[in-house]
Amino acid sequence: MARPKSSRQPGVLASFIHVDAAVDAIRSLRARGHRNLVVYTAFPNHEIEEALDQPVSLVRLFTLIGGLTGCAAGFGMTIWMSFDWPLLVGGKTMSSVPAYVAIAFELTVLLGALITVAAVAGLTLLGHRRGAAYDPQFSDDRIGVFVPSGADQLAPVEQLLRSAGAVEVRHEAA
Amino acid sequence: MAVVARPIPDRAPELEITQTQADVTRDVADTLGRASTGYLLLLGGAIALFLAGLLTFLILVKDGLGHAGYNPPIFWAVFITTFVFWIGIGHAGTLISAILFLFRSPWRTAVYRSTEAMTVFAVMTAALFPIIHIGRQWIFYWLLPYPNQRWLWPNFKSPLLWDVFAISTYFTVSTVFLVFGLIPDVAAVRDKVTGWRRIVYTLASAGWQGTDNQWRHYTRAYLYLAALATPLVLSVHSVVSWDFAVSIVPAWHGTIFAPYFVAGAIYSGLGMVLTLIIPLRRALGIEQMITKYHFDNLAKLTLLTGSILFYSYGMEYFVAWYSGNTFEQTTFFRRPFGSMWWAGWTMIICNAFVSQLLWFRKIRTNLTALFVISIFINIGMWFERFVIIVSSLSNDYIPWAWSDMNPTWADWGILAGSFGWFGMWFLLFAKSFPIVAIQEIKEMIPMPRKRGGGGHH
Repeated sequence: MARPKSSRQPGVLASFIHVDAAVDAIRSLRARGHRNLVVYTAFPNHEIEEALDQPVSLVRLFTLIGGLTGCAAGFGMTIWMSFDWPLLVGGKTMSSVPAYVAIAFELTVLLGALITVAAVAGLTLLGHRRGAAYDPQFSDDRIGVFVPSGADQLAPVEQLLRSAGAVEVRHEAA
Repeated sequence: MAVVARPIPDRAPELEITQTQADVTRDVADTLGRASTGYLLLLGGAIALFLAGLLTFLILVKDGLGHAGYNPPIFWAVFITTFVFWIGIGHAGTLISAILFLFRSPWRTAVYRSTEAMTVFAVMTAALFPIIHIGRQWIFYWLLPYPNQRWLWPNFKSPLLWDVFAISTYFTVSTVFLVFGLIPDVAAVRDKVTGWRRIVYTLASAGWQGTDNQWRHYTRAYLYLAALATPLVLSVHSVVSWDFAVSIVPAWHGTIFAPYFVAGAIYSGLGMVLTLIIPLRRALGIEQMITKYHFDNLAKLTLLTGSILFYSYGMEYFVAWYSGNTFEQTTFFRRPFGSMWWAGWTMIICNAFVSQLLWFRKIRTNLTALFVISIFINIGMWFERFVIIVSSLSNDYIPWAWSDMNPTWADWGILAGSFGWFGMWFLLFAKSFPIVAIQEIKEMIPMPRKRGGGGHH
């Protein structure tokens, strides 16, 4: 494995070919109290997701907030502007809400989508573990597991990863 | 995507991918970079067409819209036709990338990236046309609600204003959807290339490493983006149809317009997908990823939407007859038998009848036949909009005002320019970004296991 330049956090980086091996490693690491693992995959995988046992992403809350904000903004803008520049035609109602549904709907989708993406950026940064080691193989076909650990932990963690079936293990210095 | 597209246990043998995950990264990364002579010739042709369109546009800006074939009472003509045409093209892309994603349709995986790119560039092309059409292009921003010294706001009761919102939302959301879906794939390419290209892809991958934390938020968000894009795409062409249906022009004022236009939009978009992908897969050497199986499915969707269109055409004539309304009946009589009979018949033959050939599996899996049919669809759907717009306007309620419309060099110049503009962006995209979704294809390949089963290692 090529050594990346910016590895700052000390720990052990393991590379797996087999998904069940990686899952075994994750489960036993978590059982031993290693909670802040970083697992790299080239595509999402359910078994790994289940082994990590993380809560459902909060993104959906932001999608809802964005959508509701857009909907309110759409109706609010159109209704307010109808009264701000009143055009009375044939005695018809000044603000005709059914006609504004189209605009409110479009803004619901627009703000819903934009805030969803912004939320992914924000939530990903919040949960980001700085200085975790990475290897380019992980975007190809390998599964990577990075275990942050102090000097005394390196040997037992490596032993665990190898016995689970890691094909490559390396130590990351601070 | 993890959340929904679990591998289906009894999936069709055609879907069984014979490559390994590493093969997929390598094959797709190989499509990028150095261009062949054929590609450069195509790109040069597209840029030349675009420049011809740009020149036509500059002449229109200098002299005014009089060069185009507007002729009283026909003030919506080729530019609005072409606007509706390009907006419609985009719809098949969103259908495949978002709607089929929600329906867990596994065959979309190989083709959705290219169709999504097609959507973005088609909407980008379409969005130019209302601006070209308004005449004084430099004040197009009057369409937007912004505080101004005249203390007035646009009229939100007008479908044209709904359209401003629909088109700008559609463009923004489909661009976001495309770029968001690209991030993991760009990261995979980043880890394969070297030199200045590595720097570019590193910037474009936005720090993507595929960590569990990133996937957790990403997969959820992708699901919601698809869920938002699904009703959006149906709304966009409905709103476009209301540009017509809300007015009381004969043959426009119909309640079937929204579903009729949406089906037509998807039909035309599928035609364009076939026109683009059939040569593209050979040019990029990705025949093993986009197979006859995918074309068979695309053709079935084309047949479905083409048949909805056939039904809508029939229903339009039936309603015109059944309404007992002279104006409605005259307009529909003049479509096949009036002075613009050639346009009327082109629309009916290319859309209603040619699509019926796709009942035959032999035709659905014959790429030459599909390519020829797709060209007919493109022509037919442009003429459909031309017929709907121009034939209705050319003979409305006052017979002495009736007139014909003959497109001029300015109309054709702008139309050709739009194909150049679209082609240019699509070709540039296909060589710069993964045109096949790397991570979604990989997800369909069973992972290797140490305890037997699955995998190719």
